[in-house]
Amino acid sequence: MNPMNRLELYTEMVRIRQYESRILQEYHADKSPAWDIGAGLIPGEMHLAAGQEPAAVGVCAHLKKGDGITAPHRPHHFALAHGVDMNAMTAEIYGRTTGLCKGKGGHMHLFDPENHFSCSGIIAQGYPVACGQALAMKRKGTDNVAIAVAGEGAANQGAFHESLNLAAVWNLPVVFIIEDNDWAISVPRSDSTATTSNADRAAGYGIPGVRVEDNDVEAVFEAAGAAIDRARSGEGPSLIEIHTLRLWGHFEGDAQAYRTDLETVDERDPIPRYAAMLLESGELTEDQVQEIAATADAEVDAAIQFALNSPIPAPEDALLHVFA
Amino acid sequence: MTATETPTRRITTAKAMAEAIGLEMRANPDVFVMGEDVGAYGGIFGSTTDLFGEFGADRVIDTPISETGFIGAGIGAAVEGLRPVVELMFVDFYGVCMDQISNHMAKIHYESGGAVKVPMVLMSATGAGYSDAAQHSQCLWGTFAHLPGMKVVVPSNPYDAKGLMASAIRDDNPVVYLFHKGAQGLVWMEKNPRSIGHVPEEAFTVPIGEAAIAREGSDVTIVTLSLSVQHSLDVAEQLEGEGISVEIVDLRSLVPLDRQTVLDSVAKTGKLLVVDEDYKSFGLTGEIAAIVAETDPTMLKKPVKRLAVPDVPIPYARSLEYGILPTRERIAEAVKDLMA
Repeated sequence: MNPMNRLELYTEMVRIRQYESRILQEYHADKSPAWDIGAGLIPGEMHLAAGQEPAAVGVCAHLKKGDGITAPHRPHHFALAHGVDMNAMTAEIYGRTTGLCKGKGGHMHLFDPENHFSCSGIIAQGYPVACGQALAMKRKGTDNVAIAVAGEGAANQGAFHESLNLAAVWNLPVVFIIEDNDWAISVPRSDSTATTSNADRAAGYGIPGVRVEDNDVEAVFEAAGAAIDRARSGEGPSLIEIHTLRLWGHFEGDAQAYRTDLETVDERDPIPRYAAMLLESGELTEDQVQEIAATADAEVDAAIQFALNSPIPAPEDALLHVFA
Repeated sequence: MTATETPTRRITTAKAMAEAIGLEMRANPDVFVMGEDVGAYGGIFGSTTDLFGEFGADRVIDTPISETGFIGAGIGAAVEGLRPVVELMFVDFYGVCMDQISNHMAKIHYESGGAVKVPMVLMSATGAGYSDAAQHSQCLWGTFAHLPGMKVVVPSNPYDAKGLMASAIRDDNPVVYLFHKGAQGLVWMEKNPRSIGHVPEEAFTVPIGEAAIAREGSDVTIVTLSLSVQHSLDVAEQLEGEGISVEIVDLRSLVPLDRQTVLDSVAKTGKLLVVDEDYKSFGLTGEIAAIVAETDPTMLKKPVKRLAVPDVPIPYARSLEYGILPTRERIAEAVKDLMA
């Protein structure tokens, strides 16, 4: 397992938060009319991952070159934590030719083969694909692993259960991550899920299952480290459910009238809490807090400028890339 | 056999498919097979006959009955550079895994702006005629061809089955390879003798996207595919004795579709019958008619005729099933109507 570096965990979480905060701001900045989801420089649905940084950062701290991730519709935090280029990702979100997918994918369909990173906008359907990546890694004789990420709403899909079974029966180097943010859009997990912990479902497939409470990046780091080590050494798949927090709406524009836990959301924000802990222990200074935020801001600002300065695809390019 | 005759080796369509897969597996260690009962059984319809014995469980992998899981795993393996040949036992089972097929296998290359390739073959058994009823008898190639991002090949005979399989495995795109159970040459199902034919032992390819003139003729063009090619050939031989010269276009691929061969034949004969064992409405027969209409409807001396399953599920009882299939009798009748 990689040694834990608290400052790096904190810095990466802040980097992601600054990114999501700026995308939030830019997404709404020029929506005209404001109610039109298809208007503006960033059109379409936007699912931001603020509050879920501990999951991505704690897991990705253990990944190395050649490791893969399939992410769901809310992918930015895992993409950034896994090393997907911020400029190319941002250009994709802005629908520009310099984007990861030349403007064909958008924020829910980010593909970065160099980092073996992909998304699926269909709930739980990235899980089988991760099994296939893991199968390929195993067949090639590498010690790489595939990480499959989905929300707690995905754990009631057949694809989730089929994938756990397949990975177990073939002993694949895959780690399944469930980000439990309590809400499947507007439906609380108590109304949708027959078990209080999806980690219990791992037992049905004879693989380890762990639930991490408290949205704590260090607890995620420990659990993910053990599961990833296990997969790398050929001992097979694991499931980790991380009880995390959806700080904002399901998508931007979601008024969240259904949400009964809004009052306590801010106090549960994992980043100020982690900063306070590190400040308290003296591992972080107020100056560093400012400096880390400023560095992240500058990087995000440059990425947005890169996107804005990039060409808009020609309409006829819609006909390209159906086939290789 | 005399010393001057060239020996020809005759094998079934099923054996030809398996042979192509085996040759590609020998040539390229990235090629492997997975699906339900593809191992020791050899594929329910013989598509992987003898492969397990040669390559073992590591490269001919029996899967759980878990189509979303293992088709998705095929996609993931292809994305990582392997070349999986994945079998969906009956094409009718598409309903439990269509998200992986349509939303993932077929779209990843496009969504990624060309950055990711999915070099995968999805092979599946199609077709009716043996009382397997509504959930085990469909063709559905029009459904796959309608959705962008998949090549779709549909062989009608052993030679094309082998050559198209080799092309499909070498293709950098997802290829849906749909074989008709009635054209496999299986010992346990009635078959047209055309399901057994000469196939060279060595590896060869049949290009994807090129139709074949299965028979030359001058009076009527039949555009068709799969088992209906065999039936149409039988009909053409019969009608020749009645003075009707039938040309048969075997499409072989639906995506890409060889429009030019269709148009050239219709330009020659001026009469078009499209025969399809898939459902009639919104499908292949309408597509072919539209291509002619968009190009030059004055080529036609008679209105286009379409013979396809009349928009009903495939029924069970023999009398009912053969009441809706494009049989030789119906094909002959349609040709005669065009000649009247």
